[in-house]
Amino acid sequence: MLLIKNGRVLDPSSKTDSVQDVLLSEGRISKIAAGVSAPDAEVFDATGMVVAPGFIDLHCHLREPGQEMSETIETGTRSAAKGGFTAVCCMPNTQPVNDNASITRGIVERAAAAKSVRVWPIGAASVGSKGEALAEIAAMKDAGIVAVSDDGKPVATARLMRQVMDYCSTLDLPVIDHCEDPSLFAGGVMREGPRSIRLGLKGIPAESESICAGRDVEIAGLTRARLHIAHMSTTGALEYVRQAKKNGLKVTCEVTPHHFTLIDEDVRYDTNYKMNPPLASRADRDALIAGLVDGTVDAIATDHAPHHAASKDVEFDRAPFGITGFETALALGLSELVHTGKMSLTRLVELFTTGPARVLGMNRKLAAGEVADVTVFSPGQSWTYRVAESPSKSRNSPFDARPFKGAATATIVAGRIIWRQ
Amino acid sequence: MLQRLEHLLGIEDLTREQISFILDQAAPFQEFQKHPLKKLATLRGKTVALAFFENSTRTRISFATAAARLGADTMNLQAEASSVKKGESLLDTVRTLEAMRPDGIVIRHSSSGAPHLIADRLGMPVVNAGDGTHEHPTQALLDALTIRDRKGKLEGLNLTILGDILHSRVARSNIFLLSKFGVNITLCGPSMWVPRELESLALNVRRVSRIEDALKNADAIIVLRVQTERLHEPGIAPEEYILGYQLTPARLKLANPGALVLHPGPMIRGLEIDPAVADGPQSCVLDQVTNGLAIRMALLYHLVGGAAVEAPPAKEKPKDSPKD
Repeated sequence: MLLIKNGRVLDPSSKTDSVQDVLLSEGRISKIAAGVSAPDAEVFDATGMVVAPGFIDLHCHLREPGQEMSETIETGTRSAAKGGFTAVCCMPNTQPVNDNASITRGIVERAAAAKSVRVWPIGAASVGSKGEALAEIAAMKDAGIVAVSDDGKPVATARLMRQVMDYCSTLDLPVIDHCEDPSLFAGGVMREGPRSIRLGLKGIPAESESICAGRDVEIAGLTRARLHIAHMSTTGALEYVRQAKKNGLKVTCEVTPHHFTLIDEDVRYDTNYKMNPPLASRADRDALIAGLVDGTVDAIATDHAPHHAASKDVEFDRAPFGITGFETALALGLSELVHTGKMSLTRLVELFTTGPARVLGMNRKLAAGEVADVTVFSPGQSWTYRVAESPSKSRNSPFDARPFKGAATATIVAGRIIWRQ
Repeated sequence: MLQRLEHLLGIEDLTREQISFILDQAAPFQEFQKHPLKKLATLRGKTVALAFFENSTRTRISFATAAARLGADTMNLQAEASSVKKGESLLDTVRTLEAMRPDGIVIRHSSSGAPHLIADRLGMPVVNAGDGTHEHPTQALLDALTIRDRKGKLEGLNLTILGDILHSRVARSNIFLLSKFGVNITLCGPSMWVPRELESLALNVRRVSRIEDALKNADAIIVLRVQTERLHEPGIAPEEYILGYQLTPARLKLANPGALVLHPGPMIRGLEIDPAVADGPQSCVLDQVTNGLAIRMALLYHLVGGAAVEAPPAKEKPKDSPKD
């Protein structure tokens, strides 16, 4: 038994926001009330802290199997726990690709052995994510996938996307797409604009993303399937989602912390500023924040993409895309969105909890009988991120040495503290 | 007081004073090129590494000759023959060079920002001899020296750059440099090579679509090489380019009398420039090459020789040449 004392219990699903105690027992929440007494329970004093439903990350890369030099399920989940996440969804672009049930089961088993954050795999939409034949989606669903995606690239053609969505709607699985038009992307390395011109780096127009998002929304209308747009970075794509929601389609989307924090003008010859989608223009970034605030955006997702130093410590145009993100996500949300007065604390918590849960067709709430996944954080704690201290195997973060206000203090999965400050 | 240069990575971050200083320091080296015995002892015992990860003839020879005439030895790395082809990383390659203890490194690389990457990691001066589609600072310096010599000043001149501006490091460095001196810059070329964002590079930059309008009132024209490998991306036929943008004697007449014609080379006669213009009295092409030597000698003298910025230009006289 674990008793979380005197925390500010904040649950967006029930609009709860008051100081109470939370008693966890046998992996479930057993009681939420003021002045709970449980003499046998271990006590966690959460005075001055926020007690929230367990955070879910819809989008990460744990690199296992196949790229263990960059990350393993064990190191990745420890990093996620340090960031306050209780569950993470790992993308299928491993080596081999998670496109069949045996790979999915392998990931689930390795995650269970790591005894850390819950790992919910995402299966490939097509065999090898090659965009040709449908992957064994139903078998993977039985093995534990929560969604399908060919992340790293878009589902290759409109025709295949239609098949994937049709099939997944019968399985009630969301289809997550990495929206990009490869012919416009054309080997670009950052967002096309004044900064790419100045740096002499090949630009990717914003329309590369929005054209593909438009295609996907059209097909979601055709199939009535659940579409989730990954790491959205442009006003154009956001408008497609906004319109789709207005039209009653089951379309959702996520935004990463780096896309609501940094912009293309921040890019320099440092490969920790190279990610896909690339950092957006200031106007697009501001539109994303507006979407996060007004509910068009459903979730904040990290797109934690570890790359070992040997692959990242190269010329900008030769480096792989992606940065790590678990440990800075909450702090960026608090520092950039809440402490700046752009959104309420409740809305931020929603974007980490009930929002992503809804994308996956799940519930996330603090109530008696619910699974005891809880994130405890200190919204006002000052600290400085030191990438060298990360449990991740990789160091590719642009936020090293950045001072923050707000940090996770404890991550609780199934009633057990898996990480605390 | 002027800030001492540690590296020459680009023009963008230099001040007008630093640029003027380099141009002024090049003057005695221009004179020096006319001397029968072209060897100084200034950098005797020093070694300059020339790391060319991308094919180059004229820039490489210019730097090698500049180093030799200052008395320095050179270490040559050619990408073709190097371990780069075997998969070694840029940082490992330059660290190997560094372990042989050169006193400075000149780098040419096809990736924008490659000189910045190595400058952060090496304990020696780095000179950018052209990085990707980013900058080619010594080219801009030699162009500025050429224009300043012929026109007596840079301030208030009208410069037109013709061609593929988007992919040109020469254009970027020239825009950064000349705009600091109040030169009015006009860019002209096929529209996919002259995106509107180029106007954000500096205050006094404008785009003009018709070559006739672009040449009007020009005091100097920089003709860029048409990179034939880029003609297909997106496709434009050479005949179309010639029709719309070749600098011909008739078009040159639209510019101010005595307008200078510069070309960074290598030049494709009959494509971007009419041979009559290339060989005509307004052409500065060969002056540019000679001035390139002077600029590079001044830079190596300053960066590798560690000359104080307050010091007057090179005091060495040609007669000090070593006898060896």
